Amino acid sequence: MEYIPNILFALALIAGIGFFTKNVKKLSRNIKLGRDVDVSDNKPQRWKNMTRIALGQTKMVVRPIAGLLHIIVYVGFIIINIEVLEIIIDGLLGTHRIFAPLGTVYDILIGSFEILAFLVIVAVVAFWIRRNAIKLKRFIKPEMEGWPKKDGNLILYIELVLMALFLTMNAADFQLQQLGAPHYVEAGAFPVSQYIAGLFDGLSISSLILIERTAWWLHILGILAFLNYLYYSKHLHILLAFPNTYYGRVKPQGAFSNVEAVTKEVKLMMDPSADPFAATDDSEAEPEKFGASDVMDLNWVQLLNAYTCTECGRCTSECPANQTGKRLSPRKIMMDTRDRLEEVGKNMDANNGEFVPDGKQLLDDYISKEELWACTTCNACVEACPVSIDPLSIIVEMRRYLVMEQSAAPTELNNMMSNIENNGAPWPYNQMDRLNWVNE
Amino acid sequence: MSEKLIVKTMEEFVAQGKQPEILFWVGSAGSYDDRAKKISRAFVKILNKANVDFAVLGAEESNTGDVAKRAGNEFLFQMQAMMNIEVLNGYEIKRIVTCDPHSFNTLKNEYPSLGGNYEVVHHTQYIKELMDAGRLSLKGETYKGKRITFHDPCYLGRANSVYDAPRDILKKTNANIVEMKRHKKTALCCGAGGAQMFKEPEKGDMDINVMRTKDALETNPNIIATGCPYCNTMMTDGIKAHEKEDSVTVLDVAELIANSI
Repeated sequence: MEYIPNILFALALIAGIGFFTKNVKKLSRNIKLGRDVDVSDNKPQRWKNMTRIALGQTKMVVRPIAGLLHIIVYVGFIIINIEVLEIIIDGLLGTHRIFAPLGTVYDILIGSFEILAFLVIVAVVAFWIRRNAIKLKRFIKPEMEGWPKKDGNLILYIELVLMALFLTMNAADFQLQQLGAPHYVEAGAFPVSQYIAGLFDGLSISSLILIERTAWWLHILGILAFLNYLYYSKHLHILLAFPNTYYGRVKPQGAFSNVEAVTKEVKLMMDPSADPFAATDDSEAEPEKFGASDVMDLNWVQLLNAYTCTECGRCTSECPANQTGKRLSPRKIMMDTRDRLEEVGKNMDANNGEFVPDGKQLLDDYISKEELWACTTCNACVEACPVSIDPLSIIVEMRRYLVMEQSAAPTELNNMMSNIENNGAPWPYNQMDRLNWVNE
Repeated sequence: MSEKLIVKTMEEFVAQGKQPEILFWVGSAGSYDDRAKKISRAFVKILNKANVDFAVLGAEESNTGDVAKRAGNEFLFQMQAMMNIEVLNGYEIKRIVTCDPHSFNTLKNEYPSLGGNYEVVHHTQYIKELMDAGRLSLKGETYKGKRITFHDPCYLGRANSVYDAPRDILKKTNANIVEMKRHKKTALCCGAGGAQMFKEPEKGDMDINVMRTKDALETNPNIIATGCPYCNTMMTDGIKAHEKEDSVTVLDVAELIANSI
């Protein structure tokens, strides 16, 4: 009988981690639906980017208030997880505060967890006010209606509750230690929860134990639940920010990819010795689709980008098209990509891992042509993203599909392009007149 | 117009069995657009003044394909790129300077994997180089004390992190350089990039160039300086939209320097 809590704990842990693993596999499968892309270059630069941007939060602090608040929650999250390690060991072994023999070090650890937990509560409240009371413009754009808005708030509520449970647990523990309750070794420093402990004055040892145990269990179960919430939430960024900054852009932002399949065809066209009637040797595969009309046409880094997006909207608030009232929002491009990818993933789940065409695609069903043609390719969104997401590359990939597969460019652009084809300039001037400016 | 410019083509260099110091890539705007042609002329005036032995391709130059690429037409881009690379490699070009950040970006970043490897500099970087080498000096009278604000072209700034060269050389004019609230990395686009120059904007409540010109006007400038022919057009139109064309002028950095020597 005395091992029942240990067994229940082990079961909860296995269920929590097991379900999470299942979703990670799904996540990885969905990301791999993207086309392959070579990311083996510039390894030192990639490590540097990940260290600076994800670990070091360098791009978060470009906006100092949000940046500082975010760093508190981020540091709090990482540091307080050391405590989770102790909780897991205690839960499995039936011990209590197994790290207590660390003595002063333990006091410092618990003390700093408490201060961080308090700061996290302050930051979370500030975040909630920014979203719901001040209503910062970037949080109330059309793409944020419904689930995205709820998701943002839900994360804050969960964090708030988890921190409150942690402090309540410590407060009851502190009281029990003072009362010399058996099993509750005197350990730790409680700079914050000692003030909550006052609420428990006069309670019996058994009531205090009930409070402490309840808070302890809810805290760890809450953490396991939160872990499993990630896959369904923008909060996935806490994990994916790391690989995403590693695989993010290492070339100058202005360098767009050159489509290799096009290079082959253009080389063939320009080779005077090529026999246009010769049998081509690429009969083994159907010709590659140019550009992207659906998520499978994007590369896997772009799909990883979509799952990493935390919908902060810094991209959209820096976008010149969005600022001037156009429908384009780079954040929506990322959210649409993730939503469509999830839809494709669910379709595969329901059909034994095979995608059965559903008559839908990313283009038109999610992202309109109007949005795509409003982009100035100015890279403001790419620059603004705190986790190295590149919405611009998706926009360009979809324009490529529109132009090369569908000839669906706006008329003015078609005129511009035929001018380039005919006389080597976007305007209808004679190429022989290219040097006239010298004598004008 | 007034001054006689000395401009030689690569063909002429080859005929004389010589190689130029640098190739001036004029670009489509610099060749045909009335406003941008003045920038080309101003830059050549500087090159002539500094006795730079430069060449142009003339009728052998063709559009870089940059704008086609941004519009999604990778075929047209690569056709243009490979034609140009054939010409450039045929002439064994090593170094290129251009007044157009879009050509700069494409030649520098997108030609190499197609076989075109050159050292490419923007004209503001090249002018700075000439000044640093003591080949070009300014009188610094024309714009003394004037308020000049520099608009960062996206394809020079964010796309390629060139922020200092244009500012460094502008300072040499003895003008008072004032920064817009959004500048360098956070500079707002003029609205022309991504092939927008060649089409009507999508439905919205304002034009991007009008918004960007507002940024510039807030610095209370006499002159808005740019380093891109497209930005120049957009900012000039923006000034008109704000009815400030009588008090504020839009000039390329090359023009400001050419007027200061």
